[in-house]
Amino acid sequence: MTMDHDTPYDGLADQHGDDARWAFGTGFTDPLEGIDTTVPDDLDPAALATYCLMLGDDALIYSHRLQQWMTRMPELEEETAIANIALDLLGQARMLLARAGTINGRTEDQLAYFRDEADFRNVRLVEEPDRDFAELVGRLLVFSTWRLALFDRLVDCPDPVLAAIAGKGVKELSYHRDYAAQWVIRLGDGTDVSRQRMQAALAAIWPLVDELFRVHPVALVTADRSEFDAVLDTVLATATLDRPAAAPLAAVGGRTGRDGVHTEALGYVLAELQSVARAHPDATW
Amino acid sequence: MTDYSAEGGHGAVPTSDVPVRPSPQAVRSDWPLWEVFLRGKRGLNHVHVGSLHAADAQMALHHARDLYTRRNEGVSIWVVAAADITASSPDEKDPFFAPSGDKVYRHPTFYEIPDDVPHM
Repeated sequence: MTMDHDTPYDGLADQHGDDARWAFGTGFTDPLEGIDTTVPDDLDPAALATYCLMLGDDALIYSHRLQQWMTRMPELEEETAIANIALDLLGQARMLLARAGTINGRTEDQLAYFRDEADFRNVRLVEEPDRDFAELVGRLLVFSTWRLALFDRLVDCPDPVLAAIAGKGVKELSYHRDYAAQWVIRLGDGTDVSRQRMQAALAAIWPLVDELFRVHPVALVTADRSEFDAVLDTVLATATLDRPAAAPLAAVGGRTGRDGVHTEALGYVLAELQSVARAHPDATW
Repeated sequence: MTDYSAEGGHGAVPTSDVPVRPSPQAVRSDWPLWEVFLRGKRGLNHVHVGSLHAADAQMALHHARDLYTRRNEGVSIWVVAAADITASSPDEKDPFFAPSGDKVYRHPTFYEIPDDVPHM
C-alpha cells in the first residue's frame, strides 16, 4: 500500500503544473519576472506608471491596515481569513508597484519604502484605521466591491501587463467581497447591538466612498458607480441596514488621495511600514 | 495586595491572587466545532484534515477555505458539525476490530495488482 495522497498535504511536494505557487514570496524577487513589460505604443508611459502606482498604493496601504488586525481579531479563524486577504492585496501591490517601476526605473521596494506621504496616490478610504470589527468588514466590503468592479474592466485595458494583474486580482477580490458581505449581513441582521454598530461603522466609512469614483486624468478605466450601488444595496437590504446619507469628505483645493493629499492617518501607516527599511537601507534577509 | 516575585527566571510575576482555574462565569458561548474534509484532486476521496470553530455551516466552509486550502491543497471541501459524527468508542476497540485481525482471506492479497492501477 502506498501512502501517496493519503493527505492533501502530500500534494505539496507534487508539481501542480501552472498552479505551482506554494509559499508566495519565496524563491522569486521580481514579481514580473519573465514578462514582457514593453508599454504599448498608444499609451503614455508616465500616465500608465502613475495609474499603476495609484492601484498599487491602494493595495499596499490597505494590506498594512489589515495586517494591523493580526493578534487582535475576535476569533483565530477570522484572523487567518484577514491575513489571507492582506496577503492577496500585498501580492497585488507588489505586481502593480513593480509594473510602475519597470516604466520609471525604480524597484518595488524603492517605491514602497522610500516615497514620502505626498507621493502616495492611494484613496483616503484605505489609510484610515478601523475602529472596530464592524468597520473592518464594512470598509472591506466597500473596498473590494469597488476594486472588483474596477478590475473587471481593467481585464480589457490596453496594457497587457496591467490586464493580466487585474485578471489574477478578480478571483481574489471576489472572495474578499464575499467574505465581507457575509459579515455585514451577519452583524446587520444580528442583535440590536451588532446592528447598531454595523450601521455606525457604515456611517463612518461613507464619506470616503465618493472619492473612489472621481475620474482622474491618468485612469485607464473607471468603476461603474451604479454597479457598486447595486451590490451594496443588495447586501444592505439583506442585512436590514440603511444606506448612510453622509456627505463626502471634501477634497483639499480640489485634490484628494489620488493627488497625494491625505488625511493625518497615512503618516502613521507609513512610519510603521517604512521605518525598518529606512533604518537599514539595502539590508537583505 | 498582589505580591510580585522575580524568582525562577521568568521576570516579575504575581504569586498571589492568580486565577488557577477558569473563571466560573462563562465569558461567552464558543462557536461549535466542525470537522473539515478536503479532496486534494479529482478522483480521490475527501480526507479529514482537521477541525475549526464556526457559527454555522456557511461560515465553517469559509473558515475551512482560509485555514486548510492556503497552499492549493483542495478542489472540494466538506464540513460536518462535529456533534453530528457518531464515533466508535475506544473502550469497544477489541470487540469492534480484533475479530477481523486473523481473517487473512478477507485481504485482496491473493492476486497480482496491475502496475498501472494507482491509489491501491
